Amino acid sequence: MDIPEALACPVPILTHDTVQLAHGAGGKLSSEMIDKIFLPRFTNTTLEKMEDQAILENPGGRIAFSTDTFVVDPIFFPGGDIGDLAINGTVNDVAMSGAQPKFMSVGFILEEGLPFEILHRIVLSMEKAAKLAGVQIVAGDTKVVNRGSCDKLFINTTGFGFVPDDVHISAANLKPGDKILLSGTVADHGMAVMTSREGLSFQSKVTSDTAGLNHLVADMLQVSKDIHAMRDPTRGGLATSLNEFAHSSQVGIQLFTDTIPVKENVRGACEILGIDPLYVANEGKLLAIVPTEIAAEMLVAMQANPLGQAAVIIGEVTDKHPGIVALRTGLGANRIVDMPVGEQLPRIC
Amino acid sequence: MKYLDEFRDPVVAKKILAEIHAVTTQPWVIMEICGGQTHSIIRNGIDQVLPKEIELVHGPGCPVCVTPLEIIDQALEIAGRPDVIFTSFGDMLRVPGSHKDLFMVRSEGGDVRTVFSPLESLKIARENPDKEVVFFAVGFETTAPGNAMAIAQAAKEGLSNFSELVSHALVPPAMETLLSSPSNRVQGYLAAGHVCTVMGWDEYDPIAKKYEVPIVITGFEPLDVLDGILHTVKQLEAGTHHVENRYTRIVEQGGNKAAQNIIRDIFEITDRKWRGIGEIPVSGFKITQKYAAYDAELKFEVTDIHTEEPEICISGVILQGLKKPHDCPAFGKECTPQTPLGATMVSSEGACAAYFKYQRILDN
Repeated sequence: MDIPEALACPVPILTHDTVQLAHGAGGKLSSEMIDKIFLPRFTNTTLEKMEDQAILENPGGRIAFSTDTFVVDPIFFPGGDIGDLAINGTVNDVAMSGAQPKFMSVGFILEEGLPFEILHRIVLSMEKAAKLAGVQIVAGDTKVVNRGSCDKLFINTTGFGFVPDDVHISAANLKPGDKILLSGTVADHGMAVMTSREGLSFQSKVTSDTAGLNHLVADMLQVSKDIHAMRDPTRGGLATSLNEFAHSSQVGIQLFTDTIPVKENVRGACEILGIDPLYVANEGKLLAIVPTEIAAEMLVAMQANPLGQAAVIIGEVTDKHPGIVALRTGLGANRIVDMPVGEQLPRIC
Repeated sequence: MKYLDEFRDPVVAKKILAEIHAVTTQPWVIMEICGGQTHSIIRNGIDQVLPKEIELVHGPGCPVCVTPLEIIDQALEIAGRPDVIFTSFGDMLRVPGSHKDLFMVRSEGGDVRTVFSPLESLKIARENPDKEVVFFAVGFETTAPGNAMAIAQAAKEGLSNFSELVSHALVPPAMETLLSSPSNRVQGYLAAGHVCTVMGWDEYDPIAKKYEVPIVITGFEPLDVLDGILHTVKQLEAGTHHVENRYTRIVEQGGNKAAQNIIRDIFEITDRKWRGIGEIPVSGFKITQKYAAYDAELKFEVTDIHTEEPEICISGVILQGLKKPHDCPAFGKECTPQTPLGATMVSSEGACAAYFKYQRILDN
């Protein structure tokens, strides 16, 4: 029988119910918070030493290193929360190099008055995401700021892993003829957050796709190390990542007609709000550019992983229109898929 | 997705397209009125696959585009006040006024919020009795019933901290203004389907008759637009000019009576400035005397703000269908969606923004 998480891991009993400025002052309350909230969940031999730094073994070779800061509002949204998002986001950024993320640091900025019950829930969700990805949290920091100086909590994560010798993935590596593979549906995360954000009284069961993609990447590298480029299309969505590829490699990208998968409910939300799913954030999807000879086999390997079940080939790299992403419409016309200017704004009518 | 996929079917689309090619024997200039139609045409590449004889010009039916600069400046003035929560549909937030936009007001400390309905603003007003909540009521006949409803509801509840900054424009007078211009090139109209959903089409019969132009009420999906074009071309080729409803799944001749009643209750017809076109007589709504307490323009005394449009931008000529976005020397250079010189580049429905976003290649 599954034990509900809250029962299995009740909120530890602390001197206070909510975060106080003193919890960030380095004294007894700081130690109490670290000992009861963070250490039990993030535990590993490196972290337990409680040194000012983590000392890690270096197997040699190249290191993939990435940092990201998470300020999502609301902090809980359908399908995830700021905690698993913060782990998965950095896991994915490291994994897009072909490296398996190994170690992470986590920095918290907490708003005075944040209930420990909420912090605990988020830490549990970070623990779960880190375990799934197989990444160790080896360094951490917390700061508490005055009420109003931040919105509930912000999280920074930094992570790294080791890039296999024969893997050379880069946005500048696209070659004409390469195929463009997408691991699943787009726009789930951005629409989940938008439709649940306070003030938008919009009924929806749209859920975020937040997930760590490093195991999917490992499966893909089993097929071939010759992946030319890979990126997880987060902010700015698929269209932005593709434009970055086209720009970095000075090639054109031609998308096929009607191949980009969008879940029905996500599409519905996009239609109602007048938002183009190609520009909406994803948190558990990847784009891979591979030589055409290995595309079919790579697709099969992706589809065999639960996070790549809906993987498809959505287009190809061309030497025409360098720097530009184009999409063939159902009528046979060819239109530009440009970079977005700012955040997408729901239209009047 | 039901009610969408049927109207995007590429096989049927190609059939209608073939029919358009078959019936077209000479050049025709057709204007689609609504920005939503412009968006659909450019997004689906409809203009790229039509017979070369057919020229589509993009009409003034983008509410963001035709909202005059001085109303934007009034909105910025009101939104910057410390006691105000200013609420708006999303795409008005980036429209530049003379010196800034609503995003900048927000970054300076103004409480500016995006809503999806004026009724959400009412809710904010109920929850914040010590604040003045203002809704930026922009749009055509389409959004008027909802905006009127919010005022009626506020009056019913005695909610005195709610008001609307109204910039409502009416489509038929603008259509007539364009046709009566000596430089007019438009020979047929695709009328805006959603405006007709509210108002019906009785207003269009006299226009079709007087100016001898076919007016075809058209929807927004690719098949709707192609079908609207087909029926306009058929009339043009046959030399007929009457109103034809091709958005039959939604539009009825009399329109939506309940919506019209609430509009009549709250709003009255007034002269209105259109950005890029200038003042058009009897082409807008304003709040009636009876509901003047809900008129933000009066409540915040911003009626004295008057602003002239910048001269470099040719959006007015584009809105009138006299030029295409890429005819403008500033297009894609000084003027981009990041640095818009005029409103047709700001809204995603604007002709310039649609061209910029979808149509700069060009080799198929």
